Amino acid sequence: MSLLAVSGLTKRFGGVVANRDVAFDVRPGELIGVIGPNGAGKSTLFDLITGFLTPDAGDVRLDGRSILGQRPDVIACLGIARTFQKLRPFPEMTVVENVMIGAFQKTSDVAAARHAALRALEAVGLADRAEAHARALSTGQRKRLELARALATEPRLLLLDEVTGGVDQATVPALVRLVRDLHARGLALIVIEHNMRVIMEISERIVALQLGEVIARGTPAEIMQDRRVIDAYLGEAWRA
Amino acid sequence: MKRAVLLLLLLAALAFPAVFTLPFPRHVMIMIFLYGALAVAWNILAGYCGQISLGHAVFFGIGAYTSTLLVAKGQLTPWLGMAAGAALAVLVSQLIGYPVFRLRGHYFAIATIAVGEIVQTLVINWDWAGGARGLFVPIKRPDSVVNFQFHQSKAVYYYIALGLLLLTLAVTRWLERSRHGYYFRAIREDQDAAASLGVHVAREKHRAIAVSAALTALGGTFYAQYVFFIDPESVLPLSLSILICLIAVLGGVGTLWGPVLGAAVLVPLSEGTRVWLGGSGKALDLLIYGGLIMIIATVQPAGLMGLARRFRRAP
Repeated sequence: MSLLAVSGLTKRFGGVVANRDVAFDVRPGELIGVIGPNGAGKSTLFDLITGFLTPDAGDVRLDGRSILGQRPDVIACLGIARTFQKLRPFPEMTVVENVMIGAFQKTSDVAAARHAALRALEAVGLADRAEAHARALSTGQRKRLELARALATEPRLLLLDEVTGGVDQATVPALVRLVRDLHARGLALIVIEHNMRVIMEISERIVALQLGEVIARGTPAEIMQDRRVIDAYLGEAWRA
Repeated sequence: MKRAVLLLLLLAALAFPAVFTLPFPRHVMIMIFLYGALAVAWNILAGYCGQISLGHAVFFGIGAYTSTLLVAKGQLTPWLGMAAGAALAVLVSQLIGYPVFRLRGHYFAIATIAVGEIVQTLVINWDWAGGARGLFVPIKRPDSVVNFQFHQSKAVYYYIALGLLLLTLAVTRWLERSRHGYYFRAIREDQDAAASLGVHVAREKHRAIAVSAALTALGGTFYAQYVFFIDPESVLPLSLSILICLIAVLGGVGTLWGPVLGAAVLVPLSEGTRVWLGGSGKALDLLIYGGLIMIIATVQPAGLMGLARRFRRAP
């Protein structure tokens, strides 16, 4: 059975349809890539899955049970963690305190949460900045912080909104390696990513969105062959 | 080092009435403790959890009115009235919370002003509770702890007020170190991000306002038993809600000691101008507050605590 099943998901903002009849599923341990040009509805899709937005139609099922209409914190506690495209650290809290907020999901003990938070920070390579204020971090470090925060909730499914966006080129490989490691350890992920090379490299299957609709689904190889994807997104250069 | 300083301060506070036997210095200290406690209580909701309330007079008024009505109409000891007032304040805070916690930032603050105005208007028109004329606490002699009345000396009031301040500080300290203290700060910083990590934002806000309201109500009962007269203009005005906020802002919001520091600066100022200038000086303390707030906002938004921290960091 699939871990997450999205079906018929539709969301309108006034006259704009941000998601129309979006459907796909995620099997346990699978890494799904979501691609699409700006405004294709990728972040809206994440907001719909995690309860930050309520769809006008459609369903989101986790383990076969609908999670539609649940609050974001309830969905988080069911095991779906996420990061935000526009990073949202708690700026006036220290790095380790930021991550503790996630860790408290599994323990109410402060010392245990701190311990778990430090472990998550080590996993993302940010342990040396544990006592710094989050506002003092660079963009790349903030990406890691958000990742650590989400990981500290010990999720079953992790939604990453733009892993490498806004990060300098030198940091990209390390972040990609991190995502691969998580996947290798059995974590299921849905990854939004603009960097084509990265997404083709890490995804098992890809969902391509355009103007809120799924225009293609398949393995990276299939997606690269898909005429609609090429026309809509990858552009002429890829056809050559 | 810090421990030693705090211990010395506590000893000095305990010894104060033995050294200063005149009523006025004791009164100023009592007011510092009372307003300090109110600001510390407010700080739990506003400073840590980031929900800037300008309606805390409601909880203060509930504390004052509940105990006074129970004494006047039911012959109940104010201590029970104090507990009942705190319980009622918690209940009311939860009811208020449902609508107002849906609002964020300035809109939340504005909504709490509206709640405060509504409650004050209701009490003004509530004749059974004294209406606009207010209520006297029935004087009982001799002085007794049960009656919560001490006419011979302010010393007992002094220690009760000090106890109230220490209680609010202890509760804040405990919250600060618990999971909820972390949740409160996360909600202040970014409530959506907190929710994405599994924090039940509404429940935590309700928790914060419950604690804050209960402690504020204790202060209200103390005030009533200290002054022996309450009316909507003295225990339910918007100016009281704002004053509580100003004290915490001046001292430093979101810090344990900031509100106490703020009270220690502002209360003597206000009591001083009132004594030296009499009725004509009524607005002067507010003028000075205004000036101080402007200076704090431009020079050191983190309040006096921020200033202290900056000095400590300097070589």
